[in-house]
Amino acid sequence: MRRTDPRGGSPPVGRWVLGSVVLLYFGAILLGPLAALTGEVLSLGPGDILRALGRPEALQALRMTLTLLIIAVVVNAVVGVAGAIAVVRHRFPGRALVNALADLPLAISPVMIGLAFLLLLGRGGWLEPALNALHLKVVFAFPGVVAANLFVTLPFTLREVAYVLDALGTSDEEAAVTLGASPWQTFWLVTLPNIRLGLGYGLLMTTARSLGEFGAILVVGGSISGQTQTATTYIQDAVEERSLAGAYGMAALLALVSVCLLLALQWAKARREEVER
Amino acid sequence: MRIRVEHLTKRFGAFKAVDDVSFTVEDGTLVALLGPSGSGKSTILRILAGLDNADEGRVWFDEVEATRVHARNRSIGFVFQHYALFRHLTVADNVAFGLRVRQVPRETIQTRVRELLSLVGLAGYGGRYPSQLSGGQRQRVALARALAPEPKLLLLDEPFGAVDAKVRDELRQWLRRLHDEVGVTSIFVTHDQYEAFSVSDRVLIIHRGALEQEGSPTEILDQPASEFVARFVGEVNVFPARLEGEEVVAGALRARTSNPCPPGPVSLVVRSYDLKFWREEPGIATVERMVTLGDRVQVFAVADGAGPVTAQFPRRSSLLRGVEPGCRIQVEITTARTYPVADATSPGQGTGP
Repeated sequence: MRRTDPRGGSPPVGRWVLGSVVLLYFGAILLGPLAALTGEVLSLGPGDILRALGRPEALQALRMTLTLLIIAVVVNAVVGVAGAIAVVRHRFPGRALVNALADLPLAISPVMIGLAFLLLLGRGGWLEPALNALHLKVVFAFPGVVAANLFVTLPFTLREVAYVLDALGTSDEEAAVTLGASPWQTFWLVTLPNIRLGLGYGLLMTTARSLGEFGAILVVGGSISGQTQTATTYIQDAVEERSLAGAYGMAALLALVSVCLLLALQWAKARREEVER
Repeated sequence: MRIRVEHLTKRFGAFKAVDDVSFTVEDGTLVALLGPSGSGKSTILRILAGLDNADEGRVWFDEVEATRVHARNRSIGFVFQHYALFRHLTVADNVAFGLRVRQVPRETIQTRVRELLSLVGLAGYGGRYPSQLSGGQRQRVALARALAPEPKLLLLDEPFGAVDAKVRDELRQWLRRLHDEVGVTSIFVTHDQYEAFSVSDRVLIIHRGALEQEGSPTEILDQPASEFVARFVGEVNVFPARLEGEEVVAGALRARTSNPCPPGPVSLVVRSYDLKFWREEPGIATVERMVTLGDRVQVFAVADGAGPVTAQFPRRSSLLRGVEPGCRIQVEITTARTYPVADATSPGQGTGP
């Protein structure tokens, strides 16, 4: 039997035009800004850039970003897997609500999330008396930034793992149980190996989100240098202070990491398709 | 191990998936749960495994009640339709799984895995991954894995449903031989009557969550207890009929019935191979179409006052001499059964796939 062309009967001219338009759009929207950034960094020269990035505020901002990233990855690995198992495998009252709430951070703007945290935890906020009683400073402090970052990164790992769990079905786990495995053995020997690629993919997405987060962290943390300033809020402050070497240098560094993440995501996707085939 | 099931009932919401089912499976036998899809047979199997809980009823393994025993502690082996092999483990590690989680010593595991792989004809495949095996090979690995912890009961859920038709028949014969060799009490679920009859010692017919009939394959084929069973286990003709003394009459068709039936309107059920056709004028039926299927011929005719009749004959049967589409024929019913009409529970199409 002859294979039919999935692109149907569209004439070569139409295909060529569509291809060019898409390429042009992607080029203008995606590659243009990155090219401009690279050009600016090159024209400033590596000496100024490295000096700017070597200064204490820049290093502290980077350390803060890295700390937030590690916390986000560790917490989301645990919460994402546990949450996905609960949502996909168990039936409990409020399950539908949890399922819907898990997507909330994707739907609302990070600035609003930051604002909501301020209203809850800040001066005059609902929980202020409790936090005062515990002598906890959350807003404009490290805990607040961590909380905001966890909020915005919540959906990625959970959704990814939930999707994989759902697609896998329950028979592998049931097979393990009939073979005498305890729930703990079933999780470590069967469930976790089965979801490992989805989990890795979710954590890569979490990493990308955590590195790029700006709005919520700025509102809740206030970008206090050495305390709550992250790489992204550092860029904002550097631009305002006209310290262009620092701003462009930090931006280029984040962009470089993102490109590596992108490659890792591509690789993970290819691996998954290979395994799931 | 002898299995006894008493008054098993399972509801999913308002739907009764299993409806007051009781039966016994003798030690060392191979039993088929046969029924159309959605009849509740898989649910019964899952309850026996402890993967589902019954709402009512009890399960006994030998003289011990197992109703509330966790699946992990039932010493059963379960084989899934889609194998459910652990894809990240090699064939050998898959087979070893049930022994490893019980902390069996490494040397014992190695020996046992080697034995089992050669038992299922896969010696030398231990280092492969499930994705490198064919469907039939995967199902044999699944079976070896289920047998490794030496279960007292082996449960198989549509074990050959996902395998190519050609391999399926080999696997059936192989499963039968394996069962005779290992001797473990086994229950398997199938919607394929041929599979049930060719492999098992006894067959339980499940319909709408209830046990419709239980017996040896021959008993069920020769004495179907209801119109449903008769329709389900063979290619049959069903005619609305009435009793006239010793005879059942449907239009121009007349037959002696082999089972007693209360008076009133009845269904006359005739297997496609329990009929004789021969050319005769004026006859009582007209041949419409003849289809040759390898060594058999299927003849479609319309009987006066009774409607379509389908019959099968050996291709070179002398009865077919001169029979051709359009000709008139005489019809003799050699074996027939009658059922009260109220019994007419249709299983969809009369024959399994």
